Amino acid sequence: MSNERTKASEEQIAYANILNKGMWFGLALLIITFIIYISGALPSYVPIENLSKTPPGSTVPYWSMRAHDFNQALNIPTGWGWTALAGKGDYLNFVGIAMLAGLTILCYLVILPILIRKKDTPYVIIAIAEIAVLALAASGILKTGGH
Amino acid sequence: MPNKTLKISKAVLSLLIFTALIVGAVSVFASTEAAEAPAVANSNVAWWIWPLVLFVVTFVLGILAVLGGVGGGVLFVPIIGGFFPFNIDFVRGAGLLVALAGALAAGPGLLKRNLASLRLSLPVALIASSAAIVGAMIGLALKPNVVNILLGATILLIVLIMATAKKSDFPIVPKPDNLSQSLGIMGIYREESIGKDVEWTVHKTPQGLMLFVVIGIMAGMFGLGAGWANVPVLNLLMGAPLKISVATSKFLLSITDTSAAWVYLNQGAVLPMIVVPSIVGIMLGSMVGVKILAKAKPKAIKWMVIGLLLFAGLRALLKGLEIWK
Repeated sequence: MSNERTKASEEQIAYANILNKGMWFGLALLIITFIIYISGALPSYVPIENLSKTPPGSTVPYWSMRAHDFNQALNIPTGWGWTALAGKGDYLNFVGIAMLAGLTILCYLVILPILIRKKDTPYVIIAIAEIAVLALAASGILKTGGH
Repeated sequence: MPNKTLKISKAVLSLLIFTALIVGAVSVFASTEAAEAPAVANSNVAWWIWPLVLFVVTFVLGILAVLGGVGGGVLFVPIIGGFFPFNIDFVRGAGLLVALAGALAAGPGLLKRNLASLRLSLPVALIASSAAIVGAMIGLALKPNVVNILLGATILLIVLIMATAKKSDFPIVPKPDNLSQSLGIMGIYREESIGKDVEWTVHKTPQGLMLFVVIGIMAGMFGLGAGWANVPVLNLLMGAPLKISVATSKFLLSITDTSAAWVYLNQGAVLPMIVVPSIVGIMLGSMVGVKILAKAKPKAIKWMVIGLLLFAGLRALLKGLEIWK
């Protein structure tokens, strides 16, 4: 009966299943969108060949700039502003990246009803708090002061 | 059999030399480019060279990471940050996504086999992921040379931990603490090496959670992943069996790195041209590494990886101090 004793809990299996499906989906999306990007099938907001170029007035190429300067130099929106550019080859990649980064929130949402049904109050609170933390990070509300 | 092991060790050594040659060539090339940058508006290098070299280097890093028993992120950030022309902001953003992708890929199998424990992970992840947000915000606000100095010092600390830390397969937990008891942090797993079911629990949970604040901040600040710190805390301090600690640590990264990755993503510190070849390279390399691991001599390889980390850590430190630009 060792199999029964060592079996993962219902919520752990549910978490693993959604993680597995989401991870493969996100990874496939990432690779497909990258192929679209480098093939030039869709025009890019910042052409890939420009990243290694040094803009006038700068001493370093675009990709050697700090993120804050890079965004300013190329007028790139921060936060969820990239969604408006998702039709461009480069920003299309962010769909797959956001999918992978958002997967954990989805996993927590899947296990939450199981924890509630089991009346596992401490873990219900922990799961809700984690969803809130990840949603806050994903929201784009948090800003750094540049440098 | 010894011949086979010797051959594999030689192959791994060749990989290390190959990586050193590539990153060395890239470094010289990148510094020449940077020196010429003010005079020229356009680079003479075809754009596709960089993602290709990045893919090859991360593929090798993926193999070495598995053989050396470290996460991909801990090798990725100092090596790519030290020897490629990309700003450390983009390297850290990519490093977090590399560590995240690896953790997401490993997570389902570890959870299903009950080696990664959700009950242990959830409270720890809440602390570490909250701290990682703070770390990411601090990291993006600091000047690059300060980041490089701190990164170099951290990598040298990791080298010290890797070289000296002991591990315990089955630590003795005399009595679980009140917090772990009230949260029900315990489990049973099948230990195939001894053919037994092993029951485990943890102690010193409050102290462990405090340390995860520091680990989370460092993970977010440097984009390193944090397996190097997670495992000693879970195993040596909290008393979780080594297998549970390693598996839970790997799964934990999928939550800790998610929160920090969002901060980098929202601050525009993510370049797909760096991220995607790196993720694919590291993941393919890890798959090859797992196959080699079955036949390789891990101890010798561990020391090679420690040597590589030492070099990369010194490079970051000296780059930050502007001694080795």
